[in-house]
Amino acid sequence: MSDVLNGLLHLTSMLVIPGLAYGSQLALGALGVTLIFGVLRFSSFAHAEGLSLGTALTILFTIWLQGHGVSLGVLPTALLGMLLAMPVMALIFIATDRALYRHFRRINARAEVFMIVSAGVMLMMNGVIRLMIGADGRDFEDGARFIVSARGFRDWSGLAEPLVIKTSQMLTIAVAVLATAGLFWFLGRTQAGRSMRAYADNRNLALLSGVDPDRIVRLTWVLVAVLSVLAGVLFGLDKGYRPFVYQQLLLPMFAAAVVGGLGSPIGAIVGSMIVAFSELALTFAWKKALAYFLPAAMAPESMMQLLSTEYKFAVSFLILVVVLLVRPAGLYGKVSR
Amino acid sequence: MPQPDLLVVQNLSIAFGGLKAVDDMSLTIRRGSVAGLIGPNGAGKSTLFNLIAGYYQPDSGRVMLDGEDITGQPPHLLFGKGLLRTFQIAREFSTLTARENLMMVPAGQSGETWLGALLRPGRVRREERALREKADDILDFLQITSIADLPAGSLSGGQKKLLELGRTMMADPKIIFLDEVGAGVNRTLLYTIADAIRRLNRERGYTFCLVEHDMQFIAELCDEVTCMAQGRLLSRGTAESILSDEAVIEAYLGRGRAAKGTGLAGTRVETMP
Repeated sequence: MSDVLNGLLHLTSMLVIPGLAYGSQLALGALGVTLIFGVLRFSSFAHAEGLSLGTALTILFTIWLQGHGVSLGVLPTALLGMLLAMPVMALIFIATDRALYRHFRRINARAEVFMIVSAGVMLMMNGVIRLMIGADGRDFEDGARFIVSARGFRDWSGLAEPLVIKTSQMLTIAVAVLATAGLFWFLGRTQAGRSMRAYADNRNLALLSGVDPDRIVRLTWVLVAVLSVLAGVLFGLDKGYRPFVYQQLLLPMFAAAVVGGLGSPIGAIVGSMIVAFSELALTFAWKKALAYFLPAAMAPESMMQLLSTEYKFAVSFLILVVVLLVRPAGLYGKVSR
Repeated sequence: MPQPDLLVVQNLSIAFGGLKAVDDMSLTIRRGSVAGLIGPNGAGKSTLFNLIAGYYQPDSGRVMLDGEDITGQPPHLLFGKGLLRTFQIAREFSTLTARENLMMVPAGQSGETWLGALLRPGRVRREERALREKADDILDFLQITSIADLPAGSLSGGQKKLLELGRTMMADPKIIFLDEVGAGVNRTLLYTIADAIRRLNRERGYTFCLVEHDMQFIAELCDEVTCMAQGRLLSRGTAESILSDEAVIEAYLGRGRAAKGTGLAGTRVETMP
């Protein structure tokens, strides 16, 4: 009995909670991808760099706040820092749009052109980040590291396996749920949100209905800025900030958005969870868990790891390819006309 | 004292290449009337319509709405001035529900600014509620309350036309142009639409201009009918007089038919109840 319990605790600590946290981080990122695609009609290759820049700004603001003796106690100070980074990111996105994307919108450029432009934006942001904060990794989490620590839980329960919940994981899940709820409320219950959906649905009719396209574009970038900073900072609190790792988030975020169906917010969330859990489950060493669940005679010798962790990006890539082959519109996507 | 003439079109002309699609066309629509615009295919009805609605710039002539010169103003400005139109093939926000489609009109209230939404949530909520009530009233008026929460993309062609009429009602219009509202709609729904137009005209004083091929529909609803042919005014009068006008019948059916005394109203087999 306690074997099963131990096994479950092990899976919860090592797979379920990290998966939910990683899935939530991806979801916030994929929501940005899907918003840009739905409203502005292109795939932004610069999106991961947006997360990175937002996090870099947050780190700078956090250091500045800490220098002034500001602290949130058990919670990381970065939560305040990111509130300062959000408006800055919004301005950066809107300025980028003004300087680059707007021109291509006016000449009705094809989506491919936007994609290439966004790749240019990606390179530029990458350079800015290096200038600003360097290429080295940084950990910026302060406050309490764990909500439930291994030691504390073991002492309390008397079981061999601990339950481990990091502050950043719980924070990620909580913030992601709140942010998503807020986004859905905004899109579904406010006139501005409806206008955005209307503009995404039928641009010409929206213009005829008196929707101001410039405002929709600005509003989209503001939402994307908020989501990007949230996604980047939560990911950074959980795993540390490394510019190089952030670049690699582009693939899983796109895979998640495509699995769900580009342009569908619900799809982005479901897709993120699918990508996150596939990635973790395929690279997870199942040896310990199986040892708890199987009779002693059948306990595995090897690590029982399907893929080594270096291949985790192959998982996103594989999912992307399969979805594009089997169901290109994604789970919740509209079949394009 | 408002002028009795709501829309005045004076000597409007436009040419595409060498073709004079609309040639020195004048038209007056009285406030509170239901006007009809008919003519054989290629007569220039749709072009005139698009000129008035701001899709094309006229080569010459002008359009006055309620005494104001609106010649060549873009559609979204005209929308704000109460000149609204529906499309031959209804357009809708297919992923929004029917009610949300209505609530998209009129845009530009204080709930629209997100700063405003943050600072004055109470007011935004009130406006949201008022907007929703207005949309529900209209759904009720058009007797399509049952489809309120369905995505508009899943509605039938006729329901989409009703929804589009509803969208124009949301904007408190001065004049509504209906472009072949009868095309591709089954008879039952057509009666519903005709009934809605009549009630809107009588009970709420809406002014309509119908561009239509369905003579029965025109005869049933219109106070005054204008017939165009080859880009020019052919004839104008009451529905009855126009539908038995020899020049009009000739324009539609060709020379010879008029002599046999076949009225245009008889060209449709079905009749309105």
